[in-house]
Amino acid sequence: MLRTRSERVSFRVDARATTVALALLAGVIVVGLIAMTTGDYPLSVGEVVQTLFGQGPPGADFVVTTLRLPRLLAGILVGAALSVSGSILQSVSGNALGSPDLIGFTNGSAVGALLVIIVFGGGAVQVSIGALVGGIATALVLFVLAYRGGVHGRRLVLIGIGLSTMLLSVNSYLITRASLQEAVTAQSWLVGSLNGRGWEQVVPVAVAVAVLIPLALYYGRRLSLLELGDDKAKALGVHADRTRLVLVTVSVLLAAVATAAAGPIAFLALAAPQLARRLTKAAGPSLVASALMGAFILTLSDFAVQRVFSGTQLPVGIATGAIGGLYLAWLLVHEWRRNRAAG
Amino acid sequence: MSLGAVRTEAAPDETPGKAPSRRAQSVRAVGLLVALGVLALVFLLSLWIGSRNIAFLDTWNVLWHNDGSEEAIIIHDLRIPRALIGLLVGIGLGVGGALMQAVTRNPLADPGILGVTMGASASVVVAIAFLGITSVLGYVWFAFAGAAIASVVVYLLGSAGASSATPERLVLAGAAITAVLFAFNQAVLLLDPTAFNEFRFWEIGSIAGRKMDVVVRIAPFIGAGLLLALSQARPLNALALGDQAGRALGAKIGTTRLLTAVAITLLCGAATAAAGPITFVGLAVPHVARLIAGPDQRWVLPYSTVLAPVLMLGADVIGRKIGGAEEFEVGIMTAFVGAPVFIWLCRRRKSARL
Repeated sequence: MLRTRSERVSFRVDARATTVALALLAGVIVVGLIAMTTGDYPLSVGEVVQTLFGQGPPGADFVVTTLRLPRLLAGILVGAALSVSGSILQSVSGNALGSPDLIGFTNGSAVGALLVIIVFGGGAVQVSIGALVGGIATALVLFVLAYRGGVHGRRLVLIGIGLSTMLLSVNSYLITRASLQEAVTAQSWLVGSLNGRGWEQVVPVAVAVAVLIPLALYYGRRLSLLELGDDKAKALGVHADRTRLVLVTVSVLLAAVATAAAGPIAFLALAAPQLARRLTKAAGPSLVASALMGAFILTLSDFAVQRVFSGTQLPVGIATGAIGGLYLAWLLVHEWRRNRAAG
Repeated sequence: MSLGAVRTEAAPDETPGKAPSRRAQSVRAVGLLVALGVLALVFLLSLWIGSRNIAFLDTWNVLWHNDGSEEAIIIHDLRIPRALIGLLVGIGLGVGGALMQAVTRNPLADPGILGVTMGASASVVVAIAFLGITSVLGYVWFAFAGAAIASVVVYLLGSAGASSATPERLVLAGAAITAVLFAFNQAVLLLDPTAFNEFRFWEIGSIAGRKMDVVVRIAPFIGAGLLLALSQARPLNALALGDQAGRALGAKIGTTRLLTAVAITLLCGAATAAAGPITFVGLAVPHVARLIAGPDQRWVLPYSTVLAPVLMLGADVIGRKIGGAEEFEVGIMTAFVGAPVFIWLCRRRKSARL
């Protein structure tokens, strides 16, 4: 345990959490470098850097700044946003299942997007706007329904699930009533994809992440106190209701913006915070490690769908589901073996 | 992640100092009888109401005397199997959900968690995409086998060392398996639009168009699962106090979890096989049962047994009536009928702890 203290702000730095965070950061950088340099048009690291400064080989400019870079950045930002969003909700609700997928934000976004795809026949940008509106509208309805002199984490999640099932059945209904072509488009949006993402998707997410993640980190330090229960948190000087309201709002916005950019990427918000928590072995949620874990899994998954299944244009949600799920399973087996060895 | 918050607050009614009054017991018993009456009523409604108008007296007459008339054929060949499927699926999902929430000590658990539904779905996807099977009757065994295999894997994965599965690990193992199977399903379906076209109508969840042969196939599983579930009510009460307290009270933790897992597989597997994935019933009905009856599993399970089919059949009847020419599938209606009530209950009272 390390403790540094500056004049007004004190940080408590856990050595293990720091190591995990640095390792994940290194992982993101390595995946990023490989994704930027390989593909149908291989480039060296130097050429990529030169291209970024406008001095690369001819033709590289389009590949790097229009195709690869925005997609990579979208992966990093969306991964971080979804994972932090899930981490906050899991902590506030005190439940490993309390992820934005489960309590309806993602289904709300999906209703918005599906209405645009199936009923109005809109393009990619309209779909993003539909998803954003759907997600935020759902969150507002949820707050109104769940608010009774404060946002109680457990009530929020339960009502969210109720709302979520209704929205999900709207989605199923739209999909069964659509033509097969529209239904396939809608279904592949529902899995979550980074295919063909450009700057118009990256910029909004970048702005949102730049504002919201620092806010999440600032208030997030109180999360582990909140997990002790409201009374203890209050005794330790944390304004429980206000903190929760701010954090849940941040979580909603992060999920909505990320979903608008990439669709509801399956299981990332649920699995990444759990993996981060298991690796850091921290008592409370560690948002930095979660953010990096989300970014790492999503960029790695996107690399996998681009290269391993090249030619099929499978959406990245398939890989996050498979990679996140298998990794979680492996981690559980690993713990199982260790417990066995120990006892 | 602390699921412990739920654990510490859990307390069956029969704790010292809060002995159950005889009055509370009889109120619960009367409530259960009323619920049974409502179920009988909804069952009759489900025979009477449909896209073809048949007078209630005619319905009643041909119900007992199959005179071979057109009305009799509609009622005996279409509506009775449909109502029975609704009844069985409701029982399977409601009781399966209650067991799942009890054994994981997680009030958010439902057949969708723990991989049961996704196991069934993945297996149906295999049946459609690789074996070209496209009938509900053909799906039944696949769905059932998939649910069973997924349950076993989740249970093994959730088992901590030599002792037994812990609630938190079960939930995470379920999430992991669900994620992997979801990825598999989506990959197969996106590459095979024809299979997706079949699958999307199964996935929505429906009890229409099932004949008596489906009823006959799933009834034994639901029956066995229900009996097994009821036999575990008392040990599950002890388990609610936490593993150590439960063990101190003489509960065999590992055996209880295993038997409960078997019951869950039988109930939810059979229900999903017959109707497709219908998620809301298994989640919401146990909550309603706890609101009425408190946390004692010996009451929660019977209440879930009766209330879940009420929701299923009621939703199905409404879906038939409001859709006009086009019926709404029961999977849509359970959410739209059940969710507002569920939300209202969550707002109104503190939902009963597990």
